[in-house]
Amino acid sequence: MKKQVSRRGFVLGTTALATLSVPAIVGAQPAAVKVGLIHPVTGFVAYNGQQSRLGGTMAIEDVNKAGGIKSMGGTKLEALLGDSQSKVEVGVAEVEKMNEQGVAAYIGCFQSPVGIAASQAASKYNTPFLIDVGASDLIVNRGLKNVFRLKPGFGVCVDDGIASLGALNKAAGGIAKSAVIVHESGEFGTGTAKLLQGKLPSIGIEAKELIAHDNPTRNFDNIALRIRSLAPDIIMMSNYGNEYMLLARTLYQQKVNVAGFYSILGGGFNYKFVKEMPDVSQYMMDVNHWYNPKSAKAVALKKRVEDGGALFTFEVYLTYTNVMLLADALERAASADKEKLLAALSSSTFKAELMPYGPTKFVNGQNQGAKPGVMQSLKGDIEVIAPEEFASAKAVFPRPKLT
Amino acid sequence: MLDPGIILAGVLNGFLAGGIYVLVAVGLTLIYGVLHIINFAHGSLLMLAMYAVFYLWRLVGIDPYVALPLVIAGAFVFGFVLYRLLIGRLSHGRDENILLITLGLSIVIDNAALLFFGGDTQTIDVPYAGSFVELGAAFLPLPKIISFGASLLLCAVLGLYIAKSDTGKAIRAVAKERQGARLVGIDVDNIFAVSYGIGIACLGAAACLLMPTYYVTPSSGHAFVLVAFTIVVLGGMGSFVGAAIGGFIIGITEALGGLLLGEQLGQIGISLIFIVILLLKPTGLFGSKA
Amino acid sequence: MSPRALPCLAGLAAAVLFPLLAPNYLVNVGMTVFFIAFIGQSWNIAGGFAGQTSFGHVVFFGTGAYTSTILQVTYGWNPWLAWPVAMAAGGAVGWMIAVLSFRAGLRGSYFALITLAFAEVFRILANSVPFTRGGLGMLIKADPRPINFQFRDPIWIYYLALLLCVVSILIAWRLTRSRFGARLVAIRENEDAARALGIDVFAEKVKVLALSGAMCAAGGTFYAQKYLYIDPNIAFGVDKSVEMLLVSMVGGAGTIFGPLIGSFALTGINEVTRWLASVVPALKNVQPLSLVVYGIMLVLIVARLPDGLMSLFGRKPRHA
Repeated sequence: MKKQVSRRGFVLGTTALATLSVPAIVGAQPAAVKVGLIHPVTGFVAYNGQQSRLGGTMAIEDVNKAGGIKSMGGTKLEALLGDSQSKVEVGVAEVEKMNEQGVAAYIGCFQSPVGIAASQAASKYNTPFLIDVGASDLIVNRGLKNVFRLKPGFGVCVDDGIASLGALNKAAGGIAKSAVIVHESGEFGTGTAKLLQGKLPSIGIEAKELIAHDNPTRNFDNIALRIRSLAPDIIMMSNYGNEYMLLARTLYQQKVNVAGFYSILGGGFNYKFVKEMPDVSQYMMDVNHWYNPKSAKAVALKKRVEDGGALFTFEVYLTYTNVMLLADALERAASADKEKLLAALSSSTFKAELMPYGPTKFVNGQNQGAKPGVMQSLKGDIEVIAPEEFASAKAVFPRPKLT
Repeated sequence: MLDPGIILAGVLNGFLAGGIYVLVAVGLTLIYGVLHIINFAHGSLLMLAMYAVFYLWRLVGIDPYVALPLVIAGAFVFGFVLYRLLIGRLSHGRDENILLITLGLSIVIDNAALLFFGGDTQTIDVPYAGSFVELGAAFLPLPKIISFGASLLLCAVLGLYIAKSDTGKAIRAVAKERQGARLVGIDVDNIFAVSYGIGIACLGAAACLLMPTYYVTPSSGHAFVLVAFTIVVLGGMGSFVGAAIGGFIIGITEALGGLLLGEQLGQIGISLIFIVILLLKPTGLFGSKA
Repeated sequence: MSPRALPCLAGLAAAVLFPLLAPNYLVNVGMTVFFIAFIGQSWNIAGGFAGQTSFGHVVFFGTGAYTSTILQVTYGWNPWLAWPVAMAAGGAVGWMIAVLSFRAGLRGSYFALITLAFAEVFRILANSVPFTRGGLGMLIKADPRPINFQFRDPIWIYYLALLLCVVSILIAWRLTRSRFGARLVAIRENEDAARALGIDVFAEKVKVLALSGAMCAAGGTFYAQKYLYIDPNIAFGVDKSVEMLLVSMVGGAGTIFGPLIGSFALTGINEVTRWLASVVPALKNVQPLSLVVYGIMLVLIVARLPDGLMSLFGRKPRHA
């Protein structure tokens, strides 16, 4: 069919498109490789989204400062910044928009539903989609060739968490026999809680109850009451930052005594929590994404981020590492061509230096080498207590009673 | 499975929570009763008040309870001016439009807060936060008890003010019969602004009472406002007494629902009680025909 | 043909030609505009024409989305066949809410807020019952063939959204021409007077809510088929209720084209402000500014045009 485009329209159209994309770089340097960062930088989880974006943009700067993609003649990376506004349709709209701008790969989206839909949309164009944060295992079970998740899903986090808890319990003479699981009511919390419930018996602990709560929750007094009446040995939490912090504080204020707090992907377990509430957080343990404390690069990055006035939360280094993964794949593919890039990613053995991971190996899009760390808040700081090769301190379990 | 001691403790918890809800609801119902507007910006304004309390504590070192008179006064002025300059001017007196304008305002306020304050969660640490009072199976945190008491006191004061003072009488007149009030010489526009200001002043008080045990982020006002709307309608829109009683009903329902059904499913209790009461009494417990 | 028909047909022609010339991204935006206009119109029929403002319209959206998704994913139904069932479910929920609320005599803000309560109940239930897979959400297997109500080429989803929008506009237009519509307007203007005139106010209100519910539910299925994933927050979250209400009221509640114009305006503003925020250099986290601008524009539009954008074209719903 004939496309009726007037010359004026054509000129206007291409000018508009040109202003939307990177202005042509004068000189011999090739056009930059565009990396789409899609995160919820507004709305309820704006803080987390902004942290992800911070990690991503820092990494892109670093890659460029180190000379860009050398196998592509020093081509630089360029960040395309998208706000998903925590909504599926907006995330997908950003995918479409960035595709128009010639994006080579996407990194996103913090929330699993947005990640699921956005990566689905990107699969139409065969564009690689790196999931930096997003725990749901639905993300990688769809048979999509363009989805890559470097971090562990909640299945692995639960398995590793159970194993570590089992070891801790054994070392303490098996004193923990019951647990209560408090979780947020979305897919991340529900999925994690159900898995935990099924696996706890294997280490001799019974999940007495699963308590679901909304985001946000106005107060945890009743949950605290419930927990006190159930008197579990372990309290396990899987939720987002504010609820994690509020629940921990409520339980502390109500002097609820347990052998240990052991959270799987506890959203609020970070430096801010530990430094602002040292008494509340003392001895709490969390199985989560953590950087490798023995990596000099990680420690240096931490200092840089903190010097810049931000906190070194997991969103920062996960997105940072994903950019590095992408850069490594671009190096090996020596091209931003989608097929080549997908192949390079699928066969990637990228060394995730900042993370306590084994060697990268993607199976069905999930990195098999990914592992969470087990951390404990000790003396106002966060120490890694497992896996052993990355540990920076010894665990304290059971925790001393609250007076 | 649940012994009566726990149930009682839950009821007490609900009472304490209800105290705060009442304060937020009373402001909302006053605004509705007088101005006939559903103030969608209520949550955002609560959030602003909470940030004010936070920064007063962080930068000047004022304890949130001590800051009460300051924040209440400031919130009143802010609400008064906001009405005078924006809401009153832009809505042409049309109810549906005010709804949209307050909605737009809430979007602006939420995102301006995000821009200026950043997205991180901020908390206040008061030295007495760890103290509590033991009553049977209930561990009632001291800040919550203080908040409850202060809230009741403030509501009583406000109630007296509206019942006895001249301005209060004017407010009631305007709420009952706008045109008639104008005809007897009451400056209706001024009363509108004063009422809005008082509504926001209630939020200022609620903010002071919330911060010791909660937290603030640019999105944290909304959680309380949704429940405040429920309470206002439950109690009868425009009814002060209704908002007060409704607040406690909801607080206790929330607690019992949470205990019996689990926290998440328990929230359904609030919506269900709301539906049931409305179906039985379509203008709310103490409301009059719209 | 009436003089108003010509610009309508021209607009339709432009809408049909648009995806053939525009890049995929804009086709997606166009689809969004028509989709929001469609579900906005479902709100408008009950809220604008009949004056029954609801704050919980998403309850119908979610009902439709979950009905068709559950039939498809759990029972293997073909989504095209599940679609009418979803619409029927939406209509049934509309009928139920209407009967309960109007039988009790709920009006105005009370009715609006009870719909919100119903939406909340559905959301929490969806999060708690096993057949919706609760908080885990439901994933529809991607198999982009038309028979699966999935399309590889975005142009077809665009046309489907356009079709839905046109159908909704025709429904609204029919309302302005029919006795049913006239009765609804009478009820909106003065319910008691309408009753005195012999109108069965209760029956008419129930009918319009059922119609509105069915339409909105159709939108729910469409959404699920486009994004292939739903969870209780997506399906029953308050955001969509606000969106439907907003586009109708900003565009002009009670007018035929109100939701469409409102959708154009608000989607346009959102796209532009989001784009601006992404290209403004140096300020890394200036994204909230785009929403501040969005909010300001919303306030300005409402302040300047109390009868909605359609009043620019001289169209207003008749007021008492």
